[in-house]
Amino acid sequence: MQWEIVIGLETHAQLSTLSKIFSGAAIAYGAAPNSQACAVDLALPGVLPVFNRAAAEKAVKFGLAIGAKINRKSIFARKNYFYPDLPKGYQISQYELPIVAGGSLTIQVGEREKTVRITRAHLEEDAGKSLHEDFHGMTGIDLNRAGTPLLEIVTEPDLRSSAEAVAYAKALHSLVRWIGICDGNMQEGSFRCDANVSVRPMGTEKLGTRCEIKNLNSFKFMEKAIEYEVRRQIEIIEDGGSILQETRLYDTDRDETRSMRSKEEANDYRYFPDPDLLPLVLDEAFLEQARATLSELPQAMRERFMRDHGLPAYDAGTLTSSRELAAYFEEAVSALGGEAKMAANWIMGDLSAQLNKDGLDIAASPISAAQLAGLLKRIQDGTISGKIAKEVFVAMWAGEGDADAIIEAKGLKQVSDSGAIEKIVDDIIAANPAQVAEYRSGKEKVFGFFVGQAMKASKGKANPAQLNEILKKKLG
Amino acid sequence: MIPFYAYRFKVLRVNFMSLNLADVKRIAHLARIAVEEDEMPGYLQQLSNILGLVEEMQAVDTTGIEPMAHAQDVVLRLRDDVVTETDRHAAYQAVAPQVEAGLYLVPKVIE
Repeated sequence: MQWEIVIGLETHAQLSTLSKIFSGAAIAYGAAPNSQACAVDLALPGVLPVFNRAAAEKAVKFGLAIGAKINRKSIFARKNYFYPDLPKGYQISQYELPIVAGGSLTIQVGEREKTVRITRAHLEEDAGKSLHEDFHGMTGIDLNRAGTPLLEIVTEPDLRSSAEAVAYAKALHSLVRWIGICDGNMQEGSFRCDANVSVRPMGTEKLGTRCEIKNLNSFKFMEKAIEYEVRRQIEIIEDGGSILQETRLYDTDRDETRSMRSKEEANDYRYFPDPDLLPLVLDEAFLEQARATLSELPQAMRERFMRDHGLPAYDAGTLTSSRELAAYFEEAVSALGGEAKMAANWIMGDLSAQLNKDGLDIAASPISAAQLAGLLKRIQDGTISGKIAKEVFVAMWAGEGDADAIIEAKGLKQVSDSGAIEKIVDDIIAANPAQVAEYRSGKEKVFGFFVGQAMKASKGKANPAQLNEILKKKLG
Repeated sequence: MIPFYAYRFKVLRVNFMSLNLADVKRIAHLARIAVEEDEMPGYLQQLSNILGLVEEMQAVDTTGIEPMAHAQDVVLRLRDDVVTETDRHAAYQAVAPQVEAGLYLVPKVIE
């Protein structure tokens, strides 16, 4: 039987505020345990939550960026469950009325474009951290993370493969960083995804029973976990079994998912509006202010790159994967006065390869956009060939100076003096009578041999167009 | 106005009229309240009374009425995003039953 895979994603994006969502404690990563957990985060008796404006601003920015409805009135609710890293006995979240409703995100899957519907995005607080090792049979609790502002972003079950799920997660990851609401650091848990996965016979409407996979802290693991889970579900159904609705944890070492808790044992969260918090009401001015801080969005910029710079969809998509990369490209093209495709090739090729190799971000590139443009100008005006340019690039990366200084110092300037090229060609013709005879008898392939010899003799500096012309004339 | 809460009772997934002892047990477990077997019928009666009251309210026609989220008709105050708290973990941990390496220790929990 043909099976259709159905996936919905829930993403927790940590909002990049300075203080917590309901207290004035810091949220800096890596602080000493419990040094950033104040009385509110510890749920000491008598404390009350006070809401952080920046959390609402960032949530609204996100809502505007995905074309969602911003609820002018949203409500905080208590999600009740008992766990030691949740000292209040409930998590403050949003239930009936989230701050962001609807909207969509357009993703690129291979050559195809797809629109993924967003169900909602709501504000909530993070829980603390439990450490189960090394405490003589006890569990250690660090509440620094408790109260960290999160935006939980939930999609409709619109994704149909692990590749689509990863493409969506990457697009969302890029967007939240682009609009500056989340640092996207997956190692530090700033961007965490859970996947709801089910399968159904191809062509049917009714959704199959789903399992929720947790702990997908990299795009690679997300892909592998979904693929494992899909295989598992299909095998069970084809063997005549049925899927149990449950939460499963992805084990990265064994590349499998395993049951965490089934829905039967799952908590009933008994949501109700938090009487400690009043409704969050946003006026037009608040929305306007958030809108004013939004710059051009990646999707719009991608389309502009294709339209104005004539870039292929793939190039435009890659260059708009981060704001810094897009800015670098635009600066290079503007310094170069055009030649967008050449700039794109160099940025996505040599520059990206070097950055990857050295583990650097585009912002930390030793070659600035203006410097790269300086190099490309010399290709453009015929001073150096593309091949020599790669040599210059390596020297620039090593900090040997600007393109012009390196070309000068290393004597890499292309030889465009026809007298000098003619001299080289004459010498080669004189030294290789056999090949000359072959060429003249009609073996045109031998032409390449002469080009190679001449390039070797000029140390790669002969102007290729001129060389071709002179060779043809002299051999003719 | 009808309290927002009234709309939420459906999450208990019990029919108001047919609350039984198993439900009481479950509610007690979720709330982590130890209830003795012989106290169960009493709680069953009390909870049923509360739900009966809710059901009476459900009978009111609330078409077109916005659910009420808070008893006071005021809106949330927004605090500026500034760190105002200092590190006082030493004071907080002085009253904790058990502490090690800056962590609060609790009986082992593994889900």
